[in-house]
Amino acid sequence: MALDSKVPKGPIKDKWTDYKNKINLVNPANKRHIDVIVVGTGLAGGSAAATLAELGYNVKAFAYQDSPRRAHSIAAQGGINAAKNYQGDGDSTYRLFYDTVKGGDYRSREANVYRLAEVSANIIDQCVAQGVPFARDYGGLLDNRSFGGVLVSRTFYAKGQTGQQLLLGAYSAMNRQIARGKIEMFNRHEMLDVVVVDGKARGIIARNLITGEIERHSAHAVVIASGGYGNVYFLSTNAMGSNATAAWKIHKKGAYFANPCFTQIHPTCIPRSGDYQSKLTLMSESLRNDGRIWVPKNMEDVMAIREGRKKPTDLSEDERDYYLERRYPAFGNLVPRDVASRAAKERCDAGYGVNATGEAVYLDFASAIERYGKEQAKIHNIDNPTEAKIYELGKGIVEAKYGNLFQMYEKIVDEDPYKTPMMIYPATHYTMGGVWVDYNLMTTIPGCYCIGEANFSDHGANRLGASALMQGLADGYFVLPYTIGDYLADDIRTGKIPTNSKEFEEAEKAVTDRINFFINNNGTKSVDHFHKRLGKVMWDKVGMARNEQGLKEAMAEIKQIREEFWKDVKVPGNANEMNPELEKAGRVADFLELGELFAKDALMREESCGGHFREESVEESGEQKGEAKRNDKDFAFVAAWEYKGEPADAVLHKEELEFKDIELKQRSYK
Amino acid sequence: MNLTLKIWRQKDSNAKGQMVDYKVTDISEHMSFLEMMDVLNEQLVNTGEEPVAFDHDCREGICGMCSLYINGEAHGPDRGVTTCQLHMRMFKDGDTITIEPWRAAAFPVIKDLVVDRTSFERIQQAGGYISVNTSGNTQDANAIPISKHAADEAMDAATCIGCGACVATCKNSSAMLFVGAKVSQYALLPQGQVEATDRVMNMVKQMDLEGFGNCTNTGACEIECPKGISLENIARMNREFLKATIKG
Repeated sequence: MALDSKVPKGPIKDKWTDYKNKINLVNPANKRHIDVIVVGTGLAGGSAAATLAELGYNVKAFAYQDSPRRAHSIAAQGGINAAKNYQGDGDSTYRLFYDTVKGGDYRSREANVYRLAEVSANIIDQCVAQGVPFARDYGGLLDNRSFGGVLVSRTFYAKGQTGQQLLLGAYSAMNRQIARGKIEMFNRHEMLDVVVVDGKARGIIARNLITGEIERHSAHAVVIASGGYGNVYFLSTNAMGSNATAAWKIHKKGAYFANPCFTQIHPTCIPRSGDYQSKLTLMSESLRNDGRIWVPKNMEDVMAIREGRKKPTDLSEDERDYYLERRYPAFGNLVPRDVASRAAKERCDAGYGVNATGEAVYLDFASAIERYGKEQAKIHNIDNPTEAKIYELGKGIVEAKYGNLFQMYEKIVDEDPYKTPMMIYPATHYTMGGVWVDYNLMTTIPGCYCIGEANFSDHGANRLGASALMQGLADGYFVLPYTIGDYLADDIRTGKIPTNSKEFEEAEKAVTDRINFFINNNGTKSVDHFHKRLGKVMWDKVGMARNEQGLKEAMAEIKQIREEFWKDVKVPGNANEMNPELEKAGRVADFLELGELFAKDALMREESCGGHFREESVEESGEQKGEAKRNDKDFAFVAAWEYKGEPADAVLHKEELEFKDIELKQRSYK
Repeated sequence: MNLTLKIWRQKDSNAKGQMVDYKVTDISEHMSFLEMMDVLNEQLVNTGEEPVAFDHDCREGICGMCSLYINGEAHGPDRGVTTCQLHMRMFKDGDTITIEPWRAAAFPVIKDLVVDRTSFERIQQAGGYISVNTSGNTQDANAIPISKHAADEAMDAATCIGCGACVATCKNSSAMLFVGAKVSQYALLPQGQVEATDRVMNMVKQMDLEGFGNCTNTGACEIECPKGISLENIARMNREFLKATIKG
């Protein structure tokens, strides 16, 4: 099947408006005869479910947690971008579009990104109307902060809990529709397959996680909003339950999976401390507004710090290497995430890591505290303030801005980050790759849509900070509700989809068989045993730097782990009860396939771009020496993989990317 | 460190539960409490026993899923943290730790340490929202200035994670801190004014229907709340409720 992105014709700034003027609509009386299933209730799924219900569709929403409010969007910290230009610093729809395409290293679809930038301002209006308490300045207007990879302040925030507040906004909109009976909410349910009838997605098979019951749910369209696949690394900043199962199941039923190797390793996470570690915690990118990243210049200091003979605060300014400021003077500590992560790895690989594992750099707030302290002293007319006074005043400001993050750090690491610099190291955070969708956000299965982090569309090879929340809400509030109507307009006479068809029967049987297999397998090793092994291969060979040999080894090793898993996994308990080990087994089984496709995609893409760094592809000379080298001639395409049984047999389909409104060039943050 | 754990085991909502003793060894002080539980569960899986079911997800203190009652305190002995952020450095070698689910009539046990908190969902559905549809024509976000003070206070109330520690802690199993926080968030913002009367009446009514107790101003909820939600929110809800009753 040839890939058709269905991007409308015409100039980029008119595409979305023209498109909306021409699509088919479903009249309000007919909407109440149409059912839509939404899987996942984070920012994308929650906002989509609420909006579709407001429009009059009957929505069935599914979440594996006990409430939609607990989806992992809740953990997003820093903020949400929007081209409001409230700061008057030169922002515009075009500039947000440009920054996002450039930040994504020219591997995203222009028309989608432009639309995203176009609706971004509406998101802020919508959220404020819902009662989202964004930060404000003393005049009562909305405040902004700056994020990596851009030169304007366009990020709206609610302390360090922006994701929480936006999700609670979407959740409140959902609650209103649940109360009206327009959303039927299925908490503690997990989708285990999609049902395709006559070539169209017509329902799902779900498991009730309390009773273990397998349920059939039908609808006229299915929306997957189940988030990313970062947990393929075992350790990531994702929630423990975050999984790729819904996305992977639709892939196996015909949805192409795009650019799996585009995965974001976030530069500022708390380093791992031991083998028992179950997850990694992010420290928001917003901290890079004020924090300065460094390692010692001299190896003796590195050793002294590791052995506890010296403290970081003992080192004078000229004994420190502020390596981001050194390498990227224009953007400094606010380079995009992929660049910052690789730079940290480069220093640590060279031996300058500052903790026992050698995998940590400092994020230091001392100069921010001093700068704010002096500013405050001036505001409060304090002449000749003492150092202690400056520290006290400055600390107050830093606390107001990032208090919850500092507290979180202190609770985990047991060190006071106001007094001693934070230690940070990159960790898997977000997946730009995902299910391939066209301009309508429809997958290659008709009637099956994919939104939010679960799809691949808007961030190219690297996502800029504060853009995930923007995309999730754009998809759910402002894009999907239009595009899905165009498809559903053909379904007004279809009537309820029966669940007693052979397609539902077969799908249910496959799900039940697999569950029974796990329960009866009686192997010798726990699910986590296999998940950890997979994670180690992914991190070591498909992590921040990749090469041909490592990727080939990774594919073989993952296949090996997968085979062992199916022979030897041990799942205690029964199928017809709450059984967290059984849930994990199903998810890890899918990760064990996805991981191999991930490595295959990384092997195919013989270029470095965004989060994907191939050691064979670096600039060898000139100002950009040592930086990632993109290859636009051969790789300016979206790699969409078709499932053919074994992950290694997946077939590549290319969607060539056209750049008509932005000139393709080497990213420079120097 | 080596520890003895006394854990509530209950097969399902209808079964009778009981405390069961377990031993864990070589626990690092840097582990989080839930990582210690992972160690126990790995041990149980390997010895062919059924692992202990407990709710958890984000493991960074924001999703509100984790819910353990540890040594008689919601989220354990540390302050300002959820169970997932509690670290083993709060305990000593040789300690015996008692781990129970939230206890409240409105939070029935589903299995082991997992409870059913859908009563909270129904309270939110009764009025925890502003009735505004999604549209591309909502008025500009800066059209109504909101004083920084009010916005900050609304934010403080809105940081509630809905974990239910307040209910578990309260001797009356009252949910007033939870409901008060939501009512307050909207009461403090101009957008919330239009529906203020109905909201507080409906949410309080639902809260009572769910079987939560009343507030007797002990203040334990505020102390155990991992997000530091203030008792002022209960006072504000009471004022809103009184106002609504008079207005009718």
